[in-house]
Amino acid sequence: MASYSTNEFRSGLKVLLDGDPCIMLENEFVKPGKGQAFNRVKLRNLMTNRVWERTFKSGESLEAADVVEQDMEYLYTDGEFWHFMLTDGSFEQYAADAKAVGDTVKWLKEQDVYTVTLYNGAPLTVTPPNFVELEVVDTDPGMKGDTAQGGSKPATLSTGAVVNVPLFITIGEVLKVDTRSGEYVNRVKSS
Amino acid sequence: MTDRPVWQPAATRAVLESRAQLLAHVRGFFSERQVLEVETPVLGRHGVTDVNLDGIPAAVEAGGVQGGWLQTSPEYHMKRLLAAGAGSIFQVARVFRNGERGKRHNPEFSMLEWYRVGFDDQQLMREVADLVCGWLECSPPVTLSYRDAMHSIAGIDPMTVTDRELERYCEQWLEPEQLAGLGRDGCLDLVMSFVVEPELGREQPVFINRYPASQAALARISEHQGYEVAHRFELYINGLELCNGYWELTDPADQRARFAADNRLRRASGKPEMAIDDAFLAALDNGLPDCAGVALGLDRLLMLKLGSTDIRDVLAFPIERA
Repeated sequence: MASYSTNEFRSGLKVLLDGDPCIMLENEFVKPGKGQAFNRVKLRNLMTNRVWERTFKSGESLEAADVVEQDMEYLYTDGEFWHFMLTDGSFEQYAADAKAVGDTVKWLKEQDVYTVTLYNGAPLTVTPPNFVELEVVDTDPGMKGDTAQGGSKPATLSTGAVVNVPLFITIGEVLKVDTRSGEYVNRVKSS
Repeated sequence: MTDRPVWQPAATRAVLESRAQLLAHVRGFFSERQVLEVETPVLGRHGVTDVNLDGIPAAVEAGGVQGGWLQTSPEYHMKRLLAAGAGSIFQVARVFRNGERGKRHNPEFSMLEWYRVGFDDQQLMREVADLVCGWLECSPPVTLSYRDAMHSIAGIDPMTVTDRELERYCEQWLEPEQLAGLGRDGCLDLVMSFVVEPELGREQPVFINRYPASQAALARISEHQGYEVAHRFELYINGLELCNGYWELTDPADQRARFAADNRLRRASGKPEMAIDDAFLAALDNGLPDCAGVALGLDRLLMLKLGSTDIRDVLAFPIERA
C-alpha cells in the first residue's frame, strides 16, 4: 500500500494510524524559521469515530488506508446483515453488519440511496442522506383544532425510528426528517 | 481527486494595494537611512547546509554551469557584497523553502533582508523596531531572553534542563520512537513553537534574544550568566515569528566548522549533504566587515497589518494556484 509523507498531508486523506483507518480533518504545519518542522494533525478514527490529535516530524509518513465512499441502494436485511447494492449499474452487492450500520439502521428504507464507506472492500460505515422521507406507522390520534404551534407527541416511523411531531400528524402520513438531528421537518403528503 | 484549476488570485485588490504600500514604506525607510538597495541571484550555484532548511534544486544548464538552487535566503550573496565593500545594504528578495506550506508558510515568499555595517544586534533590533512599528503603528517591542521566555511560559530552563526531562516533557505530543531522532534542539523547537510562540507578542511586540549557542546559526556567540548564548534575535507579534537577526559571524574558520557540523547533522538525519559554498567562504577569508543582519518575512508583516491569520490572504497566487 502507498504511504503519504508529511508533505502530502491534507484534510480528507485516508490513512492508517495504530492499525485503524482514519480520515485527516486538519493539518497544521508548524516551523520556527531556523528550527525543526512539525505537522499537527487532527484525524477521525473511522472505526470508533473518535478524533485523535497527533504530531509528526517533517519527513515522517503514514500508510494509506484503502477507504472509499460509494453510493449504494439499500435492499433488505436478513436479520444479521443489511444488504446494499452499488448504484453504478454493476449490481455489485455488499453486506454490512450491525456495527457498520450502527444508528443508521433507524433511517434505512428499501430502495433509498446511502453512502457506504468501504474499508479493504468491506462496509465500515453507512451514512444516511441528510433528509429521509418516512411514513408514520403509529402515533396518538390528532385532536381537532390542533395547530402547528401546539405541542408535540412521539410518532413511530416505518423504520422504527421515533421522532417528535406536531399534534396534527396522523398515522399514514409521510414525514421529512433530518437524520443529523433526528428532528421532524415537515409533512411530505397526506395519504 | 484532482482539484479544478483556479485562475483567480487569492489576494483581494485591497491586499495588493497594501503590499505595494509596504514595499514603498520599506524603500522609503532605507532610502532615508542611506542603505543601498541591491539584487542578488534567486538562482544560485549552492544551497545551504542548514539541516532544517530544504532548498529547491533547479535543473539549470547554461554557461557551463549545471544545476543550481533556488535560494533559501540571499544571505551568502549579500555577505559577498559586504566583503567587497558595498556598505550597508538591503534587499527585497523572493526566497524558496521546500516542504513548507501552512497558514504561515508558502514555499516561495518575500523576504526583506538587510545588513548594517558597524551595527551590533542591539542597534539592529532598534532599527527593526522602527521599521516594523512605523508600518504597523504598534507600541515598541520589549525584549525577553530565550531562557526567560521558555522558563516563564513553558516552565523549562533551556540551559539546565536535562535531555531526559526535555524528552519527557515532549511526550505529550510525540511517541518515544519519534523523539529518538529529534535531539535536544528539536525538542526545544517543539516547546518553542507549540507552547511559547503562541503566547509571544500578544500584548505588545517582543524580541526574543540570547538563543542557546547550539541554535546560533550564523550569529556570534558570547557568554551570558555563565552560559554560551548566540547574538541572535527574533521578533514576535501576536504569536507570529516575524524576523531573525544576527550580529554576524565573521570568522571564516568558525564558519567552516559550522558548515561541517551542519553536514554531520544532515548525515545523521538521513538528509543529503550539501556542497559548501566556497565563494562565500573565500569572501569571509577576504574579510567580512563587522555587521549585523536580519531577515524579515514581508508576507507575515502584511498579515499583521491586515489582521489576517492565513498567508494565502496576502499572496496573489499561493503555491496551489501558482
